[in-house]
Amino acid sequence: MNPARDSAKPDALLSVRDLSIRFGGLTAIASMTFDANAGEIVSLIGPNGAGKTSAFNAITGYLKPTSGDVRFKDRSLLGLSSNAIAARGVVRTFQKTSVFGGRTVLDNVLMGLHLRSRQTAISILLGLTSVAREERELTDEAIEMLAFVGLVPRAHELASALPYGEQRLLGVAIALAAKPSLLLLDEPVSGLNPAEKASFMGLIRRIRARAITIVLVEHDMRTVMGVSDRVVVLNQGRIICDGAPAEVQRNPEVIKAYLGEGFARAHH
Amino acid sequence: MRPGALDRDQRRFSLDQLLQHGLNAIILGGTYALLGIGLTLIFGIMKVVNFTHGEVYAFGAYVMFALVMPLGVNFFVALVLAMALGILLGAAIELLLLSRLRDADIDTTMLVMIGAWIAMQNTEQLAWTGVAHSIKNPFPPEPLVWGALSVSWNRLFVFAVASLLIAGTYYLVNWTKFGKALRATFQDRDTAALMGVRIDRVNTATFALGSGLAAAAGALLGPVFVVVPTMGDLAASKAFAIVILGGLGSVVGATVGGFILAFAEELGSGYISSGYRDAMGFVLIILILLVRPTGLFALKERIS
Amino acid sequence: MTRWLPHLFVLFLASVPLWMTDNYILHILITTGIFIIAAMSLNLLLGYTGQLSLGHVAFFGIGAYASALLSLGFEAHIAPGLLVKVLPKPVWFAMLGGIASAAVCGYAIGKLAFRVRGAYFVIVSISFAEVVRLVALNWVELTQGPMALNNIPALKLGAAGLELSFLKKPMVYTLVLAVAVLSYVLIRRLVQSRAGRAMIALRENESLATSVGIDVTAYLVLATVVASAIAGAAGALYAHYVRIVDPDIFLFIYTVTMVIMVVTGGKGTLAGPIVGGVLFGLLPESLRAMAMPPEVQWIAYGVLMVLVVYFLPRGIVPAINERWGAGEATASPLRNLVVAAKARS
Repeated sequence: MNPARDSAKPDALLSVRDLSIRFGGLTAIASMTFDANAGEIVSLIGPNGAGKTSAFNAITGYLKPTSGDVRFKDRSLLGLSSNAIAARGVVRTFQKTSVFGGRTVLDNVLMGLHLRSRQTAISILLGLTSVAREERELTDEAIEMLAFVGLVPRAHELASALPYGEQRLLGVAIALAAKPSLLLLDEPVSGLNPAEKASFMGLIRRIRARAITIVLVEHDMRTVMGVSDRVVVLNQGRIICDGAPAEVQRNPEVIKAYLGEGFARAHH
Repeated sequence: MRPGALDRDQRRFSLDQLLQHGLNAIILGGTYALLGIGLTLIFGIMKVVNFTHGEVYAFGAYVMFALVMPLGVNFFVALVLAMALGILLGAAIELLLLSRLRDADIDTTMLVMIGAWIAMQNTEQLAWTGVAHSIKNPFPPEPLVWGALSVSWNRLFVFAVASLLIAGTYYLVNWTKFGKALRATFQDRDTAALMGVRIDRVNTATFALGSGLAAAAGALLGPVFVVVPTMGDLAASKAFAIVILGGLGSVVGATVGGFILAFAEELGSGYISSGYRDAMGFVLIILILLVRPTGLFALKERIS
Repeated sequence: MTRWLPHLFVLFLASVPLWMTDNYILHILITTGIFIIAAMSLNLLLGYTGQLSLGHVAFFGIGAYASALLSLGFEAHIAPGLLVKVLPKPVWFAMLGGIASAAVCGYAIGKLAFRVRGAYFVIVSISFAEVVRLVALNWVELTQGPMALNNIPALKLGAAGLELSFLKKPMVYTLVLAVAVLSYVLIRRLVQSRAGRAMIALRENESLATSVGIDVTAYLVLATVVASAIAGAAGALYAHYVRIVDPDIFLFIYTVTMVIMVVTGGKGTLAGPIVGGVLFGLLPESLRAMAMPPEVQWIAYGVLMVLVVYFLPRGIVPAINERWGAGEATASPLRNLVVAAKARS
């Protein structure tokens, strides 16, 4: 749209340009600019209220930004509905546990496979055999997805009956079922115990190994520093640092605004 | 009457007609606003779609009828009693049916309220039969005439009392301690509870207040029209239209919405067809959804 | 064994006209069947998409009026100076027209009403049914208003010589049963497919459903179109059975009857509306047998609705499933597939 402004690198999968979000008088995000390159794991960190979840909501169409642009594969996502953005390959998870509580774990993943399915209303109502065949394929794929996150033994339990940690895994499985090329994870390890966190880090790496780019919003510094290729630090709606984990950890402004307190917490 | 069929005489008088319709609308709008405010308060505070609202309105009218006609109670005393009994009825409904469903989702409470509505309406039908009753009023029968305009004394009284009650509700919501608790609950129920607001009491009081306003509207309009068991349905549908128009939960919206609906009905029945008078509310609902789905005054953070 | 139970049940129902000679009982079964069809269609919205649609009787009534008018023929001004004249059509064609009219209205109202959710949606759906009722009452040129459409012909199929007439009750019963089975099959196909999963997903968690690419509004509209078409079919059956249609067909109490059938039986289950429908199809008859005025029936419905919400919030079918451990989810063929897949790996 505006090539003069576009300073994105050619391999930037997602580029957020001058994104601002204001609610009434409150500025959630002021002119945020960052890229996520294909195959990268980028973390977005910052104290509570720094605007991280608002950024996710704006990228995925749940929130209309006040100004700025969000481009994915060099096409703007602005103005698209959330489901259309998912269809383009940008899928997010939610901060609060988000599963289809009243259904079985397997059904949950089948629901996530919506975009993968080719059934039309007419073929369904006519009861075509192609529908039945595809249902079997979908079930196989759903089980494969459950195997990937380690939930096959839970396939027939109600999602709401799963322990918290497994609900988070299911949330990731649902998102992966939508076949994203960019996955946005919103505080995926909050509330998990250390063992669960460690295994979740492994899961994040395995997701990247499937050629899925990841943007992570997370408070847990050990996870962030452990998996990220790059870390973007937000404070009061502004980006104060963007670099490799080691760089960010040395940045005095970051330490002052956030990490000092964060590390103190992590070491307790 | 077809649009082209107006003859010369009618054309000549159309300005007077328009003014007369406008006056009727203002008089009617006061009671409509009263109905709408009760409903919108209950929704705003309790997140309950009160399907019994119309039945409480009918209840008010029937109490008025029972007190004035067979028992011969003074008209004005009966009005006060009807409103008081409406308040009690509202409190009873809330305590009996809703207090235990405080954490239930909105669909659950809606089903309960629909059940209560059906039961109440048919009880009225059973108790009073389908025959329409009229209520005698103590006002002079000849209307107050001013130029080409005329208005009955009874309607004028209705408008005055409705305005008084609306003003009283605004005062209650904006300037009293109860109103403060109300507004706090409206903004954030959990936080209000943490700050020491007794949510259960606020709920009961809100439902009682809203029901009292509905009963008052019924008691006021009963003597203007006639009293029939199905009158509640029409009142409920109008109250819903008013509240959708103004935005669920907005007291100002309900007030303005009441007058807008009254104007639409007066003009609709005067210039289209009297059969569609009662359709105007629904037409307005559909129009508002096309143009501005959250209503004219959808103020998420504020109650008034 | 349990797989064949539904088929045996349908066979049993199909045999009823062979041995049941009591016309009154057949009449009750016919009206109950028509209501069950309508309740099944409402369940698609109420149970599967989770939208409390309280204007459903409108589609039933539109199906009835459209079918009756097409079979009778009519002349009416659609707009000032635009006179539409329709000659009487064969009843089967009229019934299809009724279904199509209901579906078209379902599409339009779905597009409009699903701009809002929750309380707004509920009020809009009620208003829609009321507007339709007022039009039926006041558009006398087309609908005869309160005078009702009379002498609606019964369905006749086939040509001279080999003619099937659906005038007598056993034939009407068979027709209603056939439409009910067809509706059941269509609804089952829908809810056990990608479309049904999308509907359930939006009921369970709308933002999550959107996040995996489900076009929530499109599926709400699809559900409304299918539900209104089936309700329209029920209305058409009704019109050509009782052979008189008046604006009271749009009364809110009939929507309430459908809702209470679905909620009591178990919303979001395939069997729920059938169980609830049988129960509330027969209840009024037993009340009538006790010589109660109709108000008592409605009062009983209202009280029952409250009691069901309090004591059986998910309905009879899920309660039975829990008791006997045979939930619809576990009874699905997918379970076997998963077991097989686990064995493979």
